[in-house]
Amino acid sequence: MLGWMTRRSLLATLLAGPLALGALPGVAQAETTLRVIPHADLKNLDPIWTTAYITRNHGYMIYDTLFAMNENFEPQPQMVDSWETSEDGLTWTFVLRDGLTFHDGAPVTATDVVASLERWGKRDGMGQQLFANTASLEAQDDKTVVLTLANDYGLVLESIGKISSNVPFIMPARVAATDPFEQITDFTGSGPFVFQADEWVPGSTVVYTKFEDYIPRDEPVSAASGGKLAKVDKVVWTYFPDQTTAMNALMAGEVDFFEQPANDLAPLLEANPDITVEVNDPLGNIGFARFNHLLPPFDNADVRRAAIMAMKQEDYMAAAVGDPKFWKTCYSVFPCGTPLDNDVGSEVIAKGDVDAAKAALAETGYDGTPVVIMQPTDIPILSAFSLVTAEKLRNAGFEVEVQAMDWSTLTSRRASRDPVADGGWNMFHTWWIGADVIDPMAIAFSGNPDAGWFGWAEDEALEEARAAFAVAGSEEEKKAVAQTVQDRLWSIGASGQLGQFFNPVAYRSNVKGLIKSPVQFFWNISVE
Amino acid sequence: MTRYITMRVLSTIPVMVLVALFVFLMLRLAPGDPASVIAGDYATAEDVARIREQLGLSDPIVVQFFRWVGALIQGDLGTSIFSGKPVTELIGQRIEPTMLLALTTILFAVVVAVPLGTIAAFRAGSLLDRVVMLFSVSGFSVPVFVLGYILIYTFSMSLKILPVQGYKSPFTEGLGPFLYHITLPTVTLSVIFVALIARMTRASVIEVLEEDYIRTARAKGQSELTILMRHALRNAAVPVVTVIGIGIALLIGGVVVTESVFNIPGLGRLVLDAVLARDYPIIQGLILFFSFIYIFINLMIDLSYTLLDPRIRY
Repeated sequence: MLGWMTRRSLLATLLAGPLALGALPGVAQAETTLRVIPHADLKNLDPIWTTAYITRNHGYMIYDTLFAMNENFEPQPQMVDSWETSEDGLTWTFVLRDGLTFHDGAPVTATDVVASLERWGKRDGMGQQLFANTASLEAQDDKTVVLTLANDYGLVLESIGKISSNVPFIMPARVAATDPFEQITDFTGSGPFVFQADEWVPGSTVVYTKFEDYIPRDEPVSAASGGKLAKVDKVVWTYFPDQTTAMNALMAGEVDFFEQPANDLAPLLEANPDITVEVNDPLGNIGFARFNHLLPPFDNADVRRAAIMAMKQEDYMAAAVGDPKFWKTCYSVFPCGTPLDNDVGSEVIAKGDVDAAKAALAETGYDGTPVVIMQPTDIPILSAFSLVTAEKLRNAGFEVEVQAMDWSTLTSRRASRDPVADGGWNMFHTWWIGADVIDPMAIAFSGNPDAGWFGWAEDEALEEARAAFAVAGSEEEKKAVAQTVQDRLWSIGASGQLGQFFNPVAYRSNVKGLIKSPVQFFWNISVE
Repeated sequence: MTRYITMRVLSTIPVMVLVALFVFLMLRLAPGDPASVIAGDYATAEDVARIREQLGLSDPIVVQFFRWVGALIQGDLGTSIFSGKPVTELIGQRIEPTMLLALTTILFAVVVAVPLGTIAAFRAGSLLDRVVMLFSVSGFSVPVFVLGYILIYTFSMSLKILPVQGYKSPFTEGLGPFLYHITLPTVTLSVIFVALIARMTRASVIEVLEEDYIRTARAKGQSELTILMRHALRNAAVPVVTVIGIGIALLIGGVVVTESVFNIPGLGRLVLDAVLARDYPIIQGLILFFSFIYIFINLMIDLSYTLLDPRIRY
């Protein structure tokens, strides 16, 4: 009679032996492949058409940028070799590096740069502001681009070197000629990896191969800037809709890198000696509770401030994120740890005192108008935020109605300015990645209800301060203006802020060279 | 027979038209909007409106419907709003894993369940019968995803003899890799069908074993095995085949979960992703496709009755 171990061995041999051998495409493979579980499915490929972070990350794989942010959030030249500014600060001349080529072998020219920036400028918020202040953008010769401003504007390099969506990636002029509200169909870039269109299976697999002709900069890598060295021959993104399966695949060695494991999986992953779990994004994400400023009761700034007073960040983070090593409180509207981080006006949220909120609400004469909170049940963190807010507001004396829905329904409904009875809303929750709210120009901080973000805050002083930031010269001046912006945001109770939280990455011990950055990059990473 | 088949095929046309109309209206009346998903957090209401315009979602529903049907008649299921790829190409990319998973599941279920049910019926009331029925009830009760995780934990994480996830095509990568990857999903998905088919086989065979012609066969001195195989099983086949047909329809629901748990890039996951993103053309195309498959399988099941029971004529 066969013993258990013997039977098990036999089963293993029968199943795994010949079948597993058959699974190997070849025994001796010189090609190195980084197998990645990305944070989302790459549904579309145009980083100007959509702001989806996964499409932004795809953009970084195959495109390059004129400037790129370093780890201190300073724009550094990337495709640009040299640049100069006229004495009046209105004319900017950029000269491209030698040897820049697209994946089809064509050289990158100034014409490509102009076309790409113009398309980006029609969709991106910072791009629109840059072009609103621009008199002309022209290709002087094949390698020289001249930007002439119509008036003083202090965020030229910050705009064309912005790190997150929409990133001003440089595409061939024929591609950039596409209507910015239509998707591109040609994915020729000049970045360190080449997109393999034939192998793309939406919802499953994306394959990139090393671009052999890419010439990296000499400087060491620093966030998005520096030399982009492709150290593997191939990068394969395989999307996993199921977090548990993704974790198991990493633990079994079937993948190398898991971009965004759920925080509650971290203990299991950390227990595996072959796996490292760490926070790679120094800025993390900022939780937001957004009010609809157009509808009662949140058309009253005092009511909004009363609601904010009840929001204790520790409670939100404990409910939605859990392990304290993955979150911290942050009462600055700009991410804590960034240059503009400050505490002006933040006493309204710092205490998280429900009794104070109750007293403040009583003074407003709140008439019991129900607060409709949209709860996206398919996104656990936002679902938890919604429930915590509901509880806090009820304790503070609000009438609250939580309406469960999926995120897709929420994104559609939040665009409605109608009364609640006609499909409107009072509150929803979201988060911004830290890099997106790093300065006052973020749309989240808009005080212009016509061109601003959902919720439609209105405050002239806020808009004046944001405009002042755009022309601020020195760092001190920028900090001072940022404090004014923050003061206005808390004064009008624009949004509640729920804490700063961090998504860890997890990877096997054979993966080396990760870059600390708010965006996940795949250059500089090797697989041993 | 030919007339029957022709009539059945023709009768699918109004069914498909109704399905198309129903699906189209349900999607348009449901809350959610692909334009707002595309536009993302930074978009203003004007951006969303412009994207809706570009996608043709601002047109009246009637115009959208006839535009879709017009393309449909020419075999064009439309283009994915998000990926920009034709729906037929997306289905083509995904159909193989789903169909092969369904096929291996049904094969495995039939090969295991019919003998189990037959033996249980032949030994009705015995310990063996009770064990089979216990397994059957358990098979119904355990959710697919729970079973999937248990199998992954046991065979992939602990014993390390099968992979956690993935799919390898038998056509491009060989039969070995295909079987290596499809084994756990097949077992996971088939357990509920083994339970279903085994129960039905048992009940049907027990009923047949009480028929007069079985008594006659016994009186003629035929062996129990011959009676079971030649007389009982064949006469019990019609309800069993019917259940298998219904099972294939149920399979579509199980495939969605199984494909997610084992990360198989099949049609089930395509449906799920499309619904969450409100990618209307994909959802519409897939539901029509599944409806067609369902109708086709039912037709095949009906026709198989004539082979199993010569008394049935169309």
